[in-house]
Amino acid sequence: MNRLHRLPLLSCAIALLACTSAGAQDVLIRNAQVHTLTPQGTLERSDVRVRNGRVVEIGSSLPPGAGTTIIEANGRPLTPGLFGGITGLGVTEIEAESVTVDSSAFSGERTDGFLARPEFDATPAFNADAVAIGVNRAEGITFAMIAPNASGTLFAGQGAVARFDGSADPFVAASRTQFLDMGAAATDGVGYSRAAQIMLLQQATREATPGKPLQAGDVRLLTPTGREVLARYLAGGRMAFAVDSAPDIRHVLAYAAGHGVKPVIIGGAQAPQVAAMLAQARVPVVLEPLLNLPGEFDHIGATLENAARLHRAGVPIMFTHFSAGTNTAHKVRQGAGVAVAHGLPWDAALAALTSTPADVFGLGTGAGRIAPGSPADLVLWSGDPLDVTSFAEQVWIGGKSQSMRSRQTELRDRYRPQGAALPAAGP
Amino acid sequence: MLTQGNCLMNIRPFGWIALTLWTCSAAAANDPYPSTYRPAASTPTLIRNATVLDGAGRRFDGADVLIRDGKIVAVGPGLPGGDATEVDAKGRWVTPGLIDVHSHLGVYASPGIGATDDGNEATSPVTAAVWAEHSVWPQDPGFATALAGGVTTLQVLPGSANLIGGRGVTLRNVPATTYQAMKFPGAPHGLKMACGENPKRVYGERTQAPSTRMGNVAGYRQAFADAQDYQRQQRKYEAELAAYEKKKERDRDPAERPTPPKRDLQLETLVAAMDGKIQVHVHCYRVDEMAVMLDMAREFGFRIAAFHHGVEAYKLAERLAQEGVCGALWADWWGFKLEAYDGIWENLAYVDAPANGCAIVHSDSEEGIQRLNQETAKAMTRGNRAGLVIPPERAIRWVTSNAARSLGIADRVGTLEPGKAADVVIWNRDPFSVYALADLVYIDGAVAFDRSRPPATPPSDFLLGQPGAAR
Repeated sequence: MNRLHRLPLLSCAIALLACTSAGAQDVLIRNAQVHTLTPQGTLERSDVRVRNGRVVEIGSSLPPGAGTTIIEANGRPLTPGLFGGITGLGVTEIEAESVTVDSSAFSGERTDGFLARPEFDATPAFNADAVAIGVNRAEGITFAMIAPNASGTLFAGQGAVARFDGSADPFVAASRTQFLDMGAAATDGVGYSRAAQIMLLQQATREATPGKPLQAGDVRLLTPTGREVLARYLAGGRMAFAVDSAPDIRHVLAYAAGHGVKPVIIGGAQAPQVAAMLAQARVPVVLEPLLNLPGEFDHIGATLENAARLHRAGVPIMFTHFSAGTNTAHKVRQGAGVAVAHGLPWDAALAALTSTPADVFGLGTGAGRIAPGSPADLVLWSGDPLDVTSFAEQVWIGGKSQSMRSRQTELRDRYRPQGAALPAAGP
Repeated sequence: MLTQGNCLMNIRPFGWIALTLWTCSAAAANDPYPSTYRPAASTPTLIRNATVLDGAGRRFDGADVLIRDGKIVAVGPGLPGGDATEVDAKGRWVTPGLIDVHSHLGVYASPGIGATDDGNEATSPVTAAVWAEHSVWPQDPGFATALAGGVTTLQVLPGSANLIGGRGVTLRNVPATTYQAMKFPGAPHGLKMACGENPKRVYGERTQAPSTRMGNVAGYRQAFADAQDYQRQQRKYEAELAAYEKKKERDRDPAERPTPPKRDLQLETLVAAMDGKIQVHVHCYRVDEMAVMLDMAREFGFRIAAFHHGVEAYKLAERLAQEGVCGALWADWWGFKLEAYDGIWENLAYVDAPANGCAIVHSDSEEGIQRLNQETAKAMTRGNRAGLVIPPERAIRWVTSNAARSLGIADRVGTLEPGKAADVVIWNRDPFSVYALADLVYIDGAVAFDRSRPPATPPSDFLLGQPGAAR
């Protein structure tokens, strides 16, 4: 290649932030270990060309065009952006301060009986400028499910997947999901009985089912809007059920099959006990890979091998992280690594963070992968993307280089100890 | 969203760790609930050809570790083993047993239900009389999972609902039916105190003191002022008793024998803290509140062993190091409440940076305690990225010797120096990786966990016979 071209391009790569702040120009990432999440697998020492926000070409020794930003990966891993799990990112700033939490239509302290508002939609509360989004994006999280919180009732309401591209409405229309909270953790609004949950779910479903006319004077659970919204999900929509016990999962599968609903299991601590049923129905499970203690009775039997067992059985799996709170959603990456240490194939763990959620939530062809036509939501890692000693060097969403700074890096730099060398900028 | 954050919303033990090194034998001698822990039978063991991080800041490549009579005998290349059982550790890494200074295993046991909710005596803002050990349920399944993560010693603390929550206890992580059989012989008690949002919220919502941070501080100060008075009564009694006993037998009138003041369990604990017999551990997130606590400790003449959680400790790193106060911290928790909003990945590394800096990785979590090595790895990585130089042999101190220092047991555990208890972990690889697993865990030289021989039944009685939990 032309040496005269090469010099300014390399200096550009060194000063990456300055170079790419202009926006979505062409990018050529060279010499990366490309995790395609396609049948092509992992490509060593390969180049990825990004144009107009999409991956357009993968190969070796691709020539840069004029004005192309070149990133020298030096063999480091390049993956699709990671899925942050089932989160409150953008609708929860500080979990303990209710004035900063918009994820629920109800107060957790409500004692006035059962409320059913499937029409509640958490997404209009989304704030793309939430501090936690910047923090998580800099950790390689480029998309997540923004979910409502049931606060002790059955219907949490609607959520959707957001891409953290900074836009005010980053939601993927096809990802819309109705969330239900069932099992032991969700019984305080329903007489502490999971049988009552089933009863109420059946009643709400009947109210929302076309051809089941309501009678004047009926005791109704749903508002007219609630009936309309639930009816849309009953017509082949996606409903996510937070359930852990094997019996509850069986109920969910029977309900979904009976009503033509696409179910997603969230939690699923005892899912391995019903793995064959889940696999046969191709029902995906979003699991907490670090869960191995019976914090609830419904968790008895959960082990760090849960992810491996479900994968082996053919159940599509994804990850989410609960214990450190929604602001630390990025810990899913560590959880995926732990699952690998306990038997999950490495490629399956990466798929659980990328292509599987993209497919389950309808993000479109090529999403969650690196292939020609894929959205250029990419992360260049300092090392093994699943290891705790690695970190995201650079994140792109829609081909646009994202700031790797956050409120946390501002604090880090303000209080840097004397004698600490400034790290090199950019990859 | 649906189940997340439950441990954050509970008022869990956010406490203090102490770092005094004085002797703990006095506390042990007076302990009415004495340890019945006895080390399991051990055989002499020679671990061959490992990469050894000794917890005292040294790294040995291709080295052996010799264990005899439950103690470390030597670390170095080509040690003569004699009759010792040899363990080939080529390609594997060896560290001291990990120590968690902030756990609620047993007091907030799994399953987390009302019946096991024994971590906070949240009925009064000062409950210095309560001892966490009297809540510990040895059947908590979390002890066994922590052991699989290489944790050999842990401090179980009361929660952080109260200004002064009570005494913590240091345990050996061995299966037992009573906590006394786990109690670390001779280890001093901890005293759990809490700054900030938790106490003022818990009591403020009941329209009682404290409802503000100034109310918090007034609460601690009055408690210690009362303790000073109690201490004076004690001293006076001791002086009078000494004078009485000094008298010749024939001059003594039994009716004039001094009567001791009525025991006050609350004030006994606080006096013991002022006397340096109890390690003071303070749950405290914000830098300004830590500074207030340091002043208050001086006002009443006690030492703070460690600030726990301390997400803003990095803003006070120099002073903490100068005053010999440790920071017991998380790698990446932040933002679940306002006082945790300024958490950064580099907190541990920054607290470690000054001369005499004492950084500790703690868990406060039944999940986190299972992978303290990974939490350390994260903090080490981010510190190195920020321009500090933190090799593994330095970082391992954060979960071994520094932790032991804050618990007042550094003369017994925390390093692989000769004479120390043979608490040893053999890792299948560099422990600072998400893929690392503990292959073998020794406590006092006896194998406490062997990954190649998983127990046929769950160690916890609670899980025994539960369908689905049979492993």
